[in-house]
Amino acid sequence: MHSGYVRLSFLATAFAAAALAQSRVDFARDIQPVFAKSCYACHSEKRQMAGLRLDSRASVLAKSVQPGKSAASELYRRVAGIGDQARMPMGGKLDPADIERVRQWIDQGAEWPESLAGARATHWGFTPPVRAAIPKGAASPIDAFILARLAKEGLKPAPEASRPTLLRRLSLDLTGLPPTPAEIDAFLRDTQPGAYERQVDRLLASPHYGERQARTWLDGARYADSDGFEKDKQRQVWFYRDWVINAFNRNMPYDRFIIEQIAGDLLPNATQDQIVATGFLRNAMTNEEGGIDPEQFRMEAMFDRMDAIGKGILGVTIQCAQCHNHKFDPLKQEEYYRMFAFLNDSHEANIAVYTPPEQMKRADILRETRELEGGLEHRTPDWADRMAQWEYTVRNPAAHWTIVRPEVDDISTGGQKYLPMEDGSFLAQGYAPTKHTVKLTVKTDLKNIAAFRLELLKDANLPRGGPGRSVDGTLALTEFRVEAAPASDPTKPVAVTIARATADVNPAETPLDPLYSDKSDRRRVTGPVTFAIDGKEETAWGIDSGPGDRNQPRKAVFNAAAPIANEGGVILTFYLKQNHGGWNSDDNQNNNLGRFRLSITSDPDAVADPLPANVRSIIAKPRAERTPAEQQAVFHYWRTTVPEWKPVNDRIAALWRDYPEGSTQLVYARRDTPRETHILARGDFLKPAALVTPGVPAFLNPLPAGDPPTRLTFAKWMVDRRSPTTARSFVNRLWQAYFGIGIVATAENFGTQAEAPSHPELLDWLAVEFMESGWDVKHMARLIVTSDAYKRSSAATPELTAQDPYNRLLARGPRFRVDAEVVRDIALAASGLLNGKVGGPSVFPPAPAFLFVAPASYSPKVWIESKGDEKYRRALYTFRYRSVPYPALQTFDAPNGETSCVRRGRSNTPLQALTLLNEPVFLDAARALATLTLREGGATDQQRFAYAFRRCTGRQPDASDGRVILPFLEKQKQRLRDGWLSALDLAGLDDAAKSALPKGATPVDAAAWTAVSRVLLNLDETITKE
Amino acid sequence: MSPKQITRRWFMEQCGVGLGSMALANLLVESGYASGADPLAPKQPQFPAKAKNVIFLFMAGGPSQIELFDYKPQLAKFDGTLPPADLLKGYRAAFINPNSKLLGPKFKFARYGQSGAQISELLPHTAKIVDDIAIVKSMVTDAFNHAPGQLLMNTGTMQFGRPSMGAWTVYGLGSESRDLPAFVVFSSGAKGPSGGDSCWGSGFLPTVYQGVQFRSAGDPILYLSNPKGVDRELQRDSLDAIGALNRGRLKTEGDPEIETRISAYEMAFRMQSSAPGMMDLSTEPKHVLEAYGAEPGKPSFANNCLLARRLVERGVRFVQLYHEAWDQHGALVRDLTKNCHDTDKACAALVQDLKQRGLLDHTLVVWGGEFGRTPMVQGGSDGRDHHPNAFTMWMAGGGVKPGIVMGESDELGFNVVKDKVHVHDLHGTILHLLGFDHTKLTFRFQGRDFRLTDVHGSVVNSLLA
Repeated sequence: MHSGYVRLSFLATAFAAAALAQSRVDFARDIQPVFAKSCYACHSEKRQMAGLRLDSRASVLAKSVQPGKSAASELYRRVAGIGDQARMPMGGKLDPADIERVRQWIDQGAEWPESLAGARATHWGFTPPVRAAIPKGAASPIDAFILARLAKEGLKPAPEASRPTLLRRLSLDLTGLPPTPAEIDAFLRDTQPGAYERQVDRLLASPHYGERQARTWLDGARYADSDGFEKDKQRQVWFYRDWVINAFNRNMPYDRFIIEQIAGDLLPNATQDQIVATGFLRNAMTNEEGGIDPEQFRMEAMFDRMDAIGKGILGVTIQCAQCHNHKFDPLKQEEYYRMFAFLNDSHEANIAVYTPPEQMKRADILRETRELEGGLEHRTPDWADRMAQWEYTVRNPAAHWTIVRPEVDDISTGGQKYLPMEDGSFLAQGYAPTKHTVKLTVKTDLKNIAAFRLELLKDANLPRGGPGRSVDGTLALTEFRVEAAPASDPTKPVAVTIARATADVNPAETPLDPLYSDKSDRRRVTGPVTFAIDGKEETAWGIDSGPGDRNQPRKAVFNAAAPIANEGGVILTFYLKQNHGGWNSDDNQNNNLGRFRLSITSDPDAVADPLPANVRSIIAKPRAERTPAEQQAVFHYWRTTVPEWKPVNDRIAALWRDYPEGSTQLVYARRDTPRETHILARGDFLKPAALVTPGVPAFLNPLPAGDPPTRLTFAKWMVDRRSPTTARSFVNRLWQAYFGIGIVATAENFGTQAEAPSHPELLDWLAVEFMESGWDVKHMARLIVTSDAYKRSSAATPELTAQDPYNRLLARGPRFRVDAEVVRDIALAASGLLNGKVGGPSVFPPAPAFLFVAPASYSPKVWIESKGDEKYRRALYTFRYRSVPYPALQTFDAPNGETSCVRRGRSNTPLQALTLLNEPVFLDAARALATLTLREGGATDQQRFAYAFRRCTGRQPDASDGRVILPFLEKQKQRLRDGWLSALDLAGLDDAAKSALPKGATPVDAAAWTAVSRVLLNLDETITKE
Repeated sequence: MSPKQITRRWFMEQCGVGLGSMALANLLVESGYASGADPLAPKQPQFPAKAKNVIFLFMAGGPSQIELFDYKPQLAKFDGTLPPADLLKGYRAAFINPNSKLLGPKFKFARYGQSGAQISELLPHTAKIVDDIAIVKSMVTDAFNHAPGQLLMNTGTMQFGRPSMGAWTVYGLGSESRDLPAFVVFSSGAKGPSGGDSCWGSGFLPTVYQGVQFRSAGDPILYLSNPKGVDRELQRDSLDAIGALNRGRLKTEGDPEIETRISAYEMAFRMQSSAPGMMDLSTEPKHVLEAYGAEPGKPSFANNCLLARRLVERGVRFVQLYHEAWDQHGALVRDLTKNCHDTDKACAALVQDLKQRGLLDHTLVVWGGEFGRTPMVQGGSDGRDHHPNAFTMWMAGGGVKPGIVMGESDELGFNVVKDKVHVHDLHGTILHLLGFDHTKLTFRFQGRDFRLTDVHGSVVNSLLA
């Protein structure tokens, strides 16, 4: 213990000295943040305890500070605990270093710049960055600022790191993958000037660059592949993930990058990519547990979006203002909800999306269809007249329908919410049971009711726009029943016999997709509408008419055998049985109606209108008022009714059978009918207060003048050249990625509570450079990684560690354990297992099965292990369930996507050791590295060791490393030969693998090298960026 | 003392960990950025306290207080009638129309022990320990859906991204165990917890504080066993080789983080040898197994209770057992009977066992779920919906006053009428029992000092011994 005390005091002194070594205290940098953090709560705008305001120069100088005389200044005496007055701040103490700075500041004259003199003086972070004068003495402005600071601290920069180390650092930072030995050799051979810059260019051009940068961005975008909350169902959002990768690879300017993610859908002629980009706003979680109020969780998602924009883009924590005015930053609750209003007016949409090959296929189908239709027109010169004739014959839909607005029986919904819409329809929301029969009751005065119509409507909030709620936007109606009771005696309902049913889509009988299996052995089918009135549990009306045509509004009409003639009103009760879902209601297995509307008529001959709704509305217009596209749409339908065109119609139908299935993506979409935004008292959605209009906080830049108050304007405002925080926030995150800690350590917060920047002028210089370069991300990356500061050796002397333990001053190079995904990718790359394919659906590498079933998981989750080398895709592509994070990544601090995260923790735990030692994919990597080493590593064990070691660490082993590993290898060989260890088990060799061993290698070799490889993959150096 | 311990101690002393004044240095240490600091080193609480460990028996799903602890003869009387309209003003229910008929208690109650606490016939074993526990019949929460409710009960908020009670506890007190995680979670029952992994997450606290999910069969900790083909000697040799190379690197790089990694590997190795033994219930005497109703090798809530005691004995700070089974929208009688059969005996045995071993004094046991159930019926006559306004929990040991029943709900069990204890108050009390002023165990994040109780909570003094 004795020596402990000695060293303790040494370190404490050294650290305090380092912290205070700066000669001149800067009010904005050193003092104001301390006031803001520790004093404003009681001494500023809101409260002025003892009449003191520490946000006002006049107040401070009048009462508490005598410039040049700290000992006589109340402020210093109170914070330092001198005298018998209560020590400030109440209930705590300032950091000793801060107290010392207050003393120095006063003694140096208590300089308080005019610009910061007012009450609520402007905080540095909210003042737009300007370039400071670059200190002399270095070619790169980055180095100039850093060297100037080092000189002030009396520190000498470390020398440049060795080339292998440097290339490994650069590769890990830019691509997240270690360099291959060949790449290192090439760099070592390149002795011409500019060799390093050539490596930078090569890596910036690599498709893996985008993957690495994307992962960092996705943390802030709280990306995950599942809904979160109890059900935590799978969702498809990987198109968004790939959009981010591509955006970085194409070096999309950052302002564009933000605009597309916030409002890509609102850009003129928005492309699929631009719409997909709004997935950023849809990475919020969705709660579909039973018994929820969907509006409550829509609001939760809104708060989450705001939080992600605050932390991820603006670098301002705005979450507090959800419930009240921000305590520390000048953000009012009203201003929070004014920003909220920009986002509130949107659908949480789910659209079909297509990969480039699929898009080509679709284009081909559309083109060929048009060509064939053009051919029909060409060969039928009077087609327009014939179509007009046809229009005349079908112009009047026979029946007149009355829309009914029934009441939903709460108990019948199986927990699903039926939200009544303005047009009389219902939108299904919330929990989605796989089997239920909803009961809807309405009283009507219509006499002689003869038929009922069920319209299935589209809605942006449904999967692929609906009209159903299944993952494909389809549905199945097991049974349609109606009861009628006289209004005078509701207790006497009589079942209405349905004599006939018609629909505008009647697919052939099709067995239910295995997705909807209910684990019964019944043969369940969908088919024509008559299946909904056959009284059979196994059959249902389906609407799936193929991928190109399945997400259309549909209708069915059910005719009563005899009109319902109750005088004095009728109470109708509809039963819509939806029992064609699967066995697990906690998964995406529902087959429910999504949005629908019921109508009634007294017309006994009513049938379902065969014309699609859009055609019906077009032909209601005079021909002269129709657009060519509308006319084309009418033709498109009409031609299917012309008997002699059957051969061509069949050819077109055949084309459409090849229509690509596509995928889905959650996106944001504008609502046609505006939604009002209110301030929510205490953030409670049940307590709406004053109405607000869209707007931005006064302490940030103003909205672009003259632009309409849309989400697009909001997006443009974020990346306005005048924004004080946007550019700073992003360059700081870049810096953090490369150096481990940002220039501002609190990457999520540049407000008054932020930690003061270590190099404020550098931060601002970088921010301005970023904006003036056209928000060029690769340019900024290049600037940073070509600086001397970045290239320094990370080796630290004890003195340096003591003086600057976190390397904030950058006298040495960065050294820290890489991110979770990179830990995995290094093992895959070093062992040669890595499948470098970029993009596509998320994959399912091996994971412990028990995690995905109860009681570990709330309900069973699908985890079908990927086959072949799909197992060995980069960790970025691992499927991410929010409630069951992939353990090998979680253990290394990967965030789970529940909230926006712009700064990961970096722990160092025994569970990490167990994972690296024993997890199956890491074991696969050890075995693969062994085989590779035996095949390519050279003839001697020494050469092989050097080969394997380099693949893991990038450098040649030291002699001392060999003195550990070679005896270890020998010992394991001996134990294997002696039968203490099983070579086949250790090397994981089955017969096929045995025969595939490299020439001359024995199972004992493979096993012993597996043991060595396992050691090398576990080295601190292997999972660390030096 | 190693340099990292020195820095660590220096920060703790100079910056007052958890006392609201997180300096940058601290922020970095706690986020795991600081070189070599051990964020799990044992720490003293803010004031002397009895409780050093917590076992939280989380009855997930929302157990029916009306059938278990909160006897309501009047409710039986009004069975089948509608509740008073003014009671329902502003009340939101998850599934039912709040204006549903009242449903009388389904089971008989009797008084037990010196405290005379009324306990349902479903809990004959709990009835035997009433003089050791404090029953709180006046719990209220804000949430009436499972995931938000479980998050609130665990993290003090319905929002994701906040640290759990266990994480706060370990953050405040560190770990006493050198070979087991500080915060261990078990799960049993028909489903997993609705709140998922976040129920025991570390939120914005460093990830070292998050709960580690143990399995009661197979490897208790993920990747604990050596892969096939690796025996203990090879594992030891491998760790020696890894350690030797890491030490070499430490010499050139001087990064104390390497030293932390070396000790993490050693702790992993110790875990490998001690965890399986800890999990092996066959070493327990027969009478102990019988008392809990535990059967070695057969995963159950009872086994988990026994394991919880074994973990606490080995210095594990916070153990949480989830039993997700209590969501009786229907089949109330059948399922409650089964749940009580599965848990009652083990809960009581755990308290008695801890007491016998002298562990109860410094082990706080908490029993309860995320909310209670409605006095109104759901469905025909055999179910209840979620109810946040009044529910029951109990606590034992760790400085809790034994043998008391506190709080009251109204005659229908709808609202609390006396000594309301909000979840925040419960949290404040638990932290108090552990030696913390809940307003001062804080962590600075996003420019604000966060705490388990947010801006709420007061210590329930009448629960303190």
